[in-house]
Amino acid sequence: MTQILQVSKLNKRFGGVTVARDIDFALDEGAMHCLIGPNGAGKSSFFRLLLGEHAPDSGTITFRGRDITPLRSFQRIREGISVKFQVPGIFKALSVRQNLQIAFQHHLHGASLTETVRRVLEFTSLTAEAATPAGVLSHGQQQWLEIGMAVGVEPRLLLLDEPTAGMSPDETRKTGEMLHDLNARGITILAVEHDMAFVQQIAHSVTVLHMGAIFAQGSIDQITAHPGVQEIYLGAADE
Amino acid sequence: MSRAEALDALAAPARSRARQWLSRLEGPQTMGRGPAFWVAMAAVVLAAAVYPLFSNDYTVGNAAYFLVWTFMAMGLGVVWGYCGALSFGQTAFFGLAGYAYGVITINIGSAYGLTWLALILSVGLGAAFALLIGYFMFYGRIKGVFIGIVTLSVTLVLETFMAQTAGPQWAIGTARLNGFNGMSGMPPLTVPWFGGDVVLYSGTALYYVLLAMVVIVYLGLRMLLNAPFGNVLVAIRENPERTEMLGYDIRLYQMLAFGLGGALAGLSGALYTAWGQYITPSSMGLTSAALPIVWVAVGGRRDITATLLGSVLVIAGFQALTIYGSQYALVVMGALLVFTVMVTPDGVVATLMQRLGRIFGKAGR
Repeated sequence: MTQILQVSKLNKRFGGVTVARDIDFALDEGAMHCLIGPNGAGKSSFFRLLLGEHAPDSGTITFRGRDITPLRSFQRIREGISVKFQVPGIFKALSVRQNLQIAFQHHLHGASLTETVRRVLEFTSLTAEAATPAGVLSHGQQQWLEIGMAVGVEPRLLLLDEPTAGMSPDETRKTGEMLHDLNARGITILAVEHDMAFVQQIAHSVTVLHMGAIFAQGSIDQITAHPGVQEIYLGAADE
Repeated sequence: MSRAEALDALAAPARSRARQWLSRLEGPQTMGRGPAFWVAMAAVVLAAAVYPLFSNDYTVGNAAYFLVWTFMAMGLGVVWGYCGALSFGQTAFFGLAGYAYGVITINIGSAYGLTWLALILSVGLGAAFALLIGYFMFYGRIKGVFIGIVTLSVTLVLETFMAQTAGPQWAIGTARLNGFNGMSGMPPLTVPWFGGDVVLYSGTALYYVLLAMVVIVYLGLRMLLNAPFGNVLVAIRENPERTEMLGYDIRLYQMLAFGLGGALAGLSGALYTAWGQYITPSSMGLTSAALPIVWVAVGGRRDITATLLGSVLVIAGFQALTIYGSQYALVVMGALLVFTVMVTPDGVVATLMQRLGRIFGKAGR
């Protein structure tokens, strides 16, 4: 299968803290992959390195065959990467419709923009809230809105940082269904997630990060059965 | 296809674009829509147009003075209210363009409408300088309160520099800069006309020209702010990180907005010099730099209509108060700013407009 993302020997230090240590990582096109690890493992830093918010000390990031390491964040987004942050990254003072228009107007205009906004409102179950200021939506709805903003222009790779943080079980289940739907449409998904039940619902494969390095990789069953993972993460979470 | 049909087919995209821009006179980034709003706006413009018929040339000249400043206020509204970058130094571009107008017109004269060329060049200089400062600020990742500190520093440096240009060596061509006393003797705007130029001294004729310019700039800004460009500025104000992660080069947008603000401040500066045939370094000083912030905050920085109306009202009020002393007027301006921040943080005029909108069932945006 074609690899959409390849990370090679990625290193990053902040003073005495190493947040990425010789990371070699590859993601197949069409995959649904989860990154897990204890707090401080370097998951969010890895995302920020992928997005260009931090420049690596060494190593390369290749996306769809192109070295994107020197590109700035907005240029990486234009290459086909999209992101949903942990804290909903929406424009709270603007209406839901405006949020979506701003998200898509870079790529779409006129009737196609209007149609895409309508389609995403439907997909995210926010049609009735189109004129509502985004800041007054429930937490789950804000998360969905941001997912809608991230996928409306059909990126090739969607990065999700704890997409279900703060959601009710019902909202979490619905979010999982949304992600399966997006994946079926050909969007590769890489998610940082703590909720192991959710990871089991969505992930084809899992990578465990620990102290800035890849600790283990495999299917969800392999990872949950891995004694080292149990010790550093799953076991620790139970304590 | 007949020739007429071919010409029509060629003109159709242009007509469609014109319709699209006109439709942006109303939109999510500007308050006011529907016939009631536009009738009210037309009434305000009509009242402003007939006002000179019931007044004298001197008083109308003072009203023209109020209009001169509105361009800088609207520019600050774009930079601060829409894009979220509080510039404390719009007076740098105001002063630079004001001096440029003086230097250019003193050197090239006022025949053949050359004063308008000087006006355009001065505005261009203000915009270019703002783009340069904006480039270093935004690509240098300066944000928040530091934008205010940098821009204030720029205007104070310019003031200090111009204040020490008193000697005869400080001349550009035949134009002496004159240090702290300022430049004077430049010609006002002139319109070439059959049988002799029409000179726009600070009276009724200049008032009408300025009124027309205010209307054009205001409507132009409404269209721009409701266009995709304006949407991105608002998005940057609300959440710059998210905006960048939607694929926008936010630094470029911030720089362009700052350049637009600089151009409009420059327009005010050049018109101010043309109005009074006089400009001094104090036009770039601390007091001058602070006043536009009061006008825009009191009016309502996040809506261009509120900014415009509020600025005219506050400037007129400030001028009326200076009869009793300029320090006294400044204290009142300070108190007005504190009142706004504490009671109506969205701006007095903007809040009133929102309430009127609710009463009449046309809640603005």
